[in-house]
Amino acid sequence: MSQWVFIEAALYYGFDVSARICRPPLAIQTTIMIKFFLMVNKQGQTRLSKYYENVDISKRAALEADVVKGCLSRRKDECSFVEYKDYKLVYRQYAALYIVVGITDTENELSIYELVHNFVEVLDKYFSRVSELDLFLYPEAQIMFNLDKVHIILDEMILNGHVVETNKSRILAPLLVLDKMVES
Amino acid sequence: MSDVVEKTLTALPGLLSLDSQTGAGKLSSSTKLGNLIRSITELTSKHEEEKLIQRELAAIKEQVSSPNTTMRQMREAMVRSVYCEMLGYEADCSYIHAIKLAQQGTGLDKRVGYLAVSLFLNENHELLLLLVNTVLKDLQSTNLIEVCMALTVVSQMFPKDMIPAILPLVEDKLTHPKEMVRRKAVLALYKFSLVAPTQVQHIHRRFRKALCDKDPGVMAASLHIYLQMIKESPEGYRDLAGSFVTILRQVVGGKLPVEFNYHSVPAPWLQIQLLRILALLGKDDQSTSELMYDVLDESLRRAEINHNITYAILFECVKAIYTIHPRADLLEKAAKCIGNFVLSPKINLKYLGLKALTYVVQQDANLALQHQMTIIECLDHSDLIIKRETLELLFRITNTQNVRVIVEKMLGFLRGCQDDYTIIDLLAKVAELAEKYAPDNHWFIETMNCVLSLGGTLMPPDIPSNFLRLLAEGSDSEEDDRQLRMFAVNSYVSLLNTNPTNLPQQYLQVISWVLGEYSHLIDDLSASLVIDLLVRLLDQPGLTSDTRSWVLSAVAKLSAGGSGAVGSEGPGPVQRVAQQHSSSLDTQLRQQALELQLLSQDPELHARVLPRGASWAGLEVDSSLSFLDGFVSEALAKGAAPYKPPHQRQEELRQEKALSLEPYGLSLPLSLSSCSIADRHSPTLLSISSGLSGHSTELSHRAGSGSLRLDGVRRVWGKDGYLAQREGPEEPSVPQETSIPAPPLSPQEGGALSPPSAEPSKEERDKQQLASSLFQGLSSHNSTCLMGKPEAPASQRFRKKHTTLGSTSSSSGSSHSGRDPSNHFLYSALSEESPASPLMLTQSSRAPPIRTETNGTHTQEEMPVPPAANGVAEVDDPEAPPSVMTANELPAPGVARWSSLMGGMEVVPLCPQTPPPIDSAQSSGEEDVTPEPHRELRDCPLTSDPIPPELRDLPRSEVTPLSSDQRLCVSCCRVQREEALVLLLLLSGASGPALLDVSLELQCHPLKVASLRGNAVERLPAQGVSVCWYTLLMEEPHTHVMVSGSVTYREEAGHTHTLDISTKLSLADFLRPLPLSTEEYGRLWLSISQDVKQNLQLLHPDTDPLHSSLTLLRDKLHLHIVDIIGSEGILACQLLKGAVCLLHCRVHGGALAVWLRSAVAGLPDCLLYHCQRVLHEH
Repeated sequence: MSQWVFIEAALYYGFDVSARICRPPLAIQTTIMIKFFLMVNKQGQTRLSKYYENVDISKRAALEADVVKGCLSRRKDECSFVEYKDYKLVYRQYAALYIVVGITDTENELSIYELVHNFVEVLDKYFSRVSELDLFLYPEAQIMFNLDKVHIILDEMILNGHVVETNKSRILAPLLVLDKMVES
Repeated sequence: MSDVVEKTLTALPGLLSLDSQTGAGKLSSSTKLGNLIRSITELTSKHEEEKLIQRELAAIKEQVSSPNTTMRQMREAMVRSVYCEMLGYEADCSYIHAIKLAQQGTGLDKRVGYLAVSLFLNENHELLLLLVNTVLKDLQSTNLIEVCMALTVVSQMFPKDMIPAILPLVEDKLTHPKEMVRRKAVLALYKFSLVAPTQVQHIHRRFRKALCDKDPGVMAASLHIYLQMIKESPEGYRDLAGSFVTILRQVVGGKLPVEFNYHSVPAPWLQIQLLRILALLGKDDQSTSELMYDVLDESLRRAEINHNITYAILFECVKAIYTIHPRADLLEKAAKCIGNFVLSPKINLKYLGLKALTYVVQQDANLALQHQMTIIECLDHSDLIIKRETLELLFRITNTQNVRVIVEKMLGFLRGCQDDYTIIDLLAKVAELAEKYAPDNHWFIETMNCVLSLGGTLMPPDIPSNFLRLLAEGSDSEEDDRQLRMFAVNSYVSLLNTNPTNLPQQYLQVISWVLGEYSHLIDDLSASLVIDLLVRLLDQPGLTSDTRSWVLSAVAKLSAGGSGAVGSEGPGPVQRVAQQHSSSLDTQLRQQALELQLLSQDPELHARVLPRGASWAGLEVDSSLSFLDGFVSEALAKGAAPYKPPHQRQEELRQEKALSLEPYGLSLPLSLSSCSIADRHSPTLLSISSGLSGHSTELSHRAGSGSLRLDGVRRVWGKDGYLAQREGPEEPSVPQETSIPAPPLSPQEGGALSPPSAEPSKEERDKQQLASSLFQGLSSHNSTCLMGKPEAPASQRFRKKHTTLGSTSSSSGSSHSGRDPSNHFLYSALSEESPASPLMLTQSSRAPPIRTETNGTHTQEEMPVPPAANGVAEVDDPEAPPSVMTANELPAPGVARWSSLMGGMEVVPLCPQTPPPIDSAQSSGEEDVTPEPHRELRDCPLTSDPIPPELRDLPRSEVTPLSSDQRLCVSCCRVQREEALVLLLLLSGASGPALLDVSLELQCHPLKVASLRGNAVERLPAQGVSVCWYTLLMEEPHTHVMVSGSVTYREEAGHTHTLDISTKLSLADFLRPLPLSTEEYGRLWLSISQDVKQNLQLLHPDTDPLHSSLTLLRDKLHLHIVDIIGSEGILACQLLKGAVCLLHCRVHGGALAVWLRSAVAGLPDCLLYHCQRVLHEH
């Protein structure tokens, strides 16, 4: 009996699984998607995080620290794309705030780089209506005070890791309606 | 920018204290949220943060559970909880309240409730069920915003099982007057199609409507669905290519409202999405590609604005141009475009240019040449990312001329690299290049040494095993091999002479193997010197027991030439080492030490067990592990759980596990593909040491059955050309064993599986033509073209050429060759045909007594000398590098131990002493069953044919005795009905008094019992026979299923007895031939995707190995031979009335390259296992 179990174990654990795990098969990588969207400040503190794949909350902090380390250490003249494990990070800096997006290797880095800017422009468009604080000067404060709104905007733009809307007025439409409802 | 940063940093705390004066003041710091934010920004240490958040969480908990909290306060509490979670502290007390807020709130409160739910919960969270009603209600709301909120959350996460409940509502929204609602409905359906594709199949038509929606947003949303579906099967959507082209042309032409523009570029992300779709559609399809040339050209032309986003579009455009059917002028423009990227001073563009180059360079190597100077610049770029991407590019353009430089660069990068992931990736690449393109032996060894020493603990195990395989297999030129091996030995001797420390374990293992194996090649290198070096290694601290075991093996090999013999110099270093380890706590090491002791004292034994320089090529592998069958059935009888193949286990695991806790890609490879590899190969890995059967025995066996096999060969080509498919009645190929007239399966089957086809000759000719065109592509493009994927160019050989092995290894594909090379290696051993070596003969002649002695319960103590030596032979002898490789693939002690264990209990089926298996037509499943008391059961009293008349005409197995005692004998017969397997259990009473209340019970899981009768008999008269029917269905593929149970009966005297029975059913019992035409086969082949490829052993009769192999497979596994043309054949079968499995076989380099496809995961693996087994057993 115990020997049989041992064969089982050897077959199962020893042979197949362990060794070849590290490289994912190509087929899986073909999904083009955004894996997460992060906003962090210069000190590496997370100001917004949105994951499009299940990541356990206990592992997020470590992942974010890793990601931030990878991006913040880079110089201005270096490329805005970083390899991280089997995927890529695209980052962009606004004042003291970094926006970092994790994407699959097959995603178009530059389009995501511009998506980030589009997002920031949408935020700016929104905040310039509702607040006197200039987003481009004080992005961190704006985002912290309006975390829910920023999330709502992000949800309009990216869903399930895909870019679903980039038209600024359409992105803002639902939120503006909600704001109006609050006021009345 | 940086001064702005500074300003913000200093301004932030001040800003926060400004209170309501500023715009942010709406949520002033006097509120709880404001307080939290301020405290968070003022945090200075992790400890403070923890204290703060714990306090906050307690406050939140109190607030949310208070009945007086208003919705607005609740919303604020949710945002605070989101903060806590964002910092990594679980706010699980808020989860339920988030759901409540979504349910009870209005407007922003409701939205934040939904938002919090989507941030807190994952798709599998059970609380999500509580959201279903809220979503249902909101979907029916008259308030548009609420409908949108519900649709948003549905497209983020929704319990899979509840989708049917809301699906009609979401579908309705597709015709909603508001574009926003329609758009969100499409996105929700996209989500459904990802998580539960079968449930949205019926609305594919409506997706087309969404694609034609007058609103561009809705159309854009539907593209997500199309991209996904086209990725899965481009064929089904080629008709839409025109529409996509038109849409793209309109977008590019600026026909969309201006609000879709981004920096005056019209809807760039939409363009990118469309380009991706076009690339997929145009790939390998010239006519579809022609549709899009113009619009691609236009896209290239229009993208003139100097902005990042236009470059992003250009990049996608270039990719599309290089993916679809090529057109010269477009390629030229695309190449120019790539040139602009690469030469751009902007670093991001340069990166993109390199990426594009890497993508296209396999088609257009000249492009790399054009930019060689830039590439070289990039190689020394200060930015590591650029460097890395350049190496990737170089990897693709490596050839024999530039390999030195490129590998040098890669190694240089490796030396400075910190990232584990990159290191592993690069190591594999360097090793691959070295194997493929090494200019000379010296360089090869040096490079591999570099790789091995740089790899450290990160070394992927297949690299050293590949390397050793290469050394062991040798090449066509013997002198070359000698040179290579001598280089290796010399380099290691000089390395060890420097007394190195901290060499990686795997490197040490390689060193010891090479020294043990080949140091005799160098004349002036005395074995004792090498032994000294190796023994010194053993004294190193931090040596793992794996490595110790490798070193001991090497010492054992070297200890022959007197150096270890007692008497010449007294107890030498060998004896000392053996002594030292003979009391090791590790049983593996202890065994090896004991073996070493014996071997070093007995030169004769040593020479017999470890002959020097013998070729490994004659090694036979019993991949079906048949020698374990007795052991397994014994274990099962004792109640052990039946073995489940890994993919099935994975499946079950996945079902059990609700949450995936692994981050990202790393958890992915556990999915089917890797498992299927595992499933296929593990038996082989285990069984290397078994079945060492000599060639001569095989020959005699073959000669004996040669005539039979010729009978089975179907004639496809006759004097008058191609013969219509028909099967001549075959001779019953098997001597019948029992008195029951059970005709073997093949004749009937043969009749059944090929319907009499009297088609007109024209049709036949068309068929031929199609088939030959189908197969022509196959043979010229190395079979992958059926899949529509172009094989990476030039299946570059491993550096060493092998007449037989080259073909085997080429199937690994250049993009990931070396991923599982050991398997090829092992399988090649399977297909190897070579003269028997003396060792094998001695082994096989020695095997039987050992087997009978130890038979599966072999332990250390009872192991006599021969088996011990046998064990060594398995692990260490030069004949058996596979086992060494295997040991390298995995925890070595396990394997080594197993191989030596198996050495003790192996059943050598073909050895001369034991009669060859008599019953060659017995299906493989049956052979497994043969239980211990076989012989006495043979004379079970079955006087008349017990098979019920209605089943007599069906193909069936012979009646096999299962179990018996003095009063009752149980035997079984498997009748293959088309839609099920009928397992007949025949209960036959002995001549004594009648038996009462006979009842039979079987555990058939995982098979499904469709019907059951005759399992309880009140009275079984003397010599009477009662038949019990089990009609069984196999719904999921399994290689084998163990069916076990018991029969209870009462004697007239009153004693109750129980008789345990068990039998093993094989997949083959459930396979049915699937009559298909070649065209149908071709269509089906393209539509299914689960596939598995393997090279199998080919039968070697005097003529036409393909026919005989396929006929054997057909007869044993109930396949239908669709067609055989030239060196290729296609077969089809079905799992009862269910899943189809297609086989494509090709004779390739002396092996049978089999490619199986099915829509059902697991079926190809299971079937492959049986094919392999059938061919091997024959």
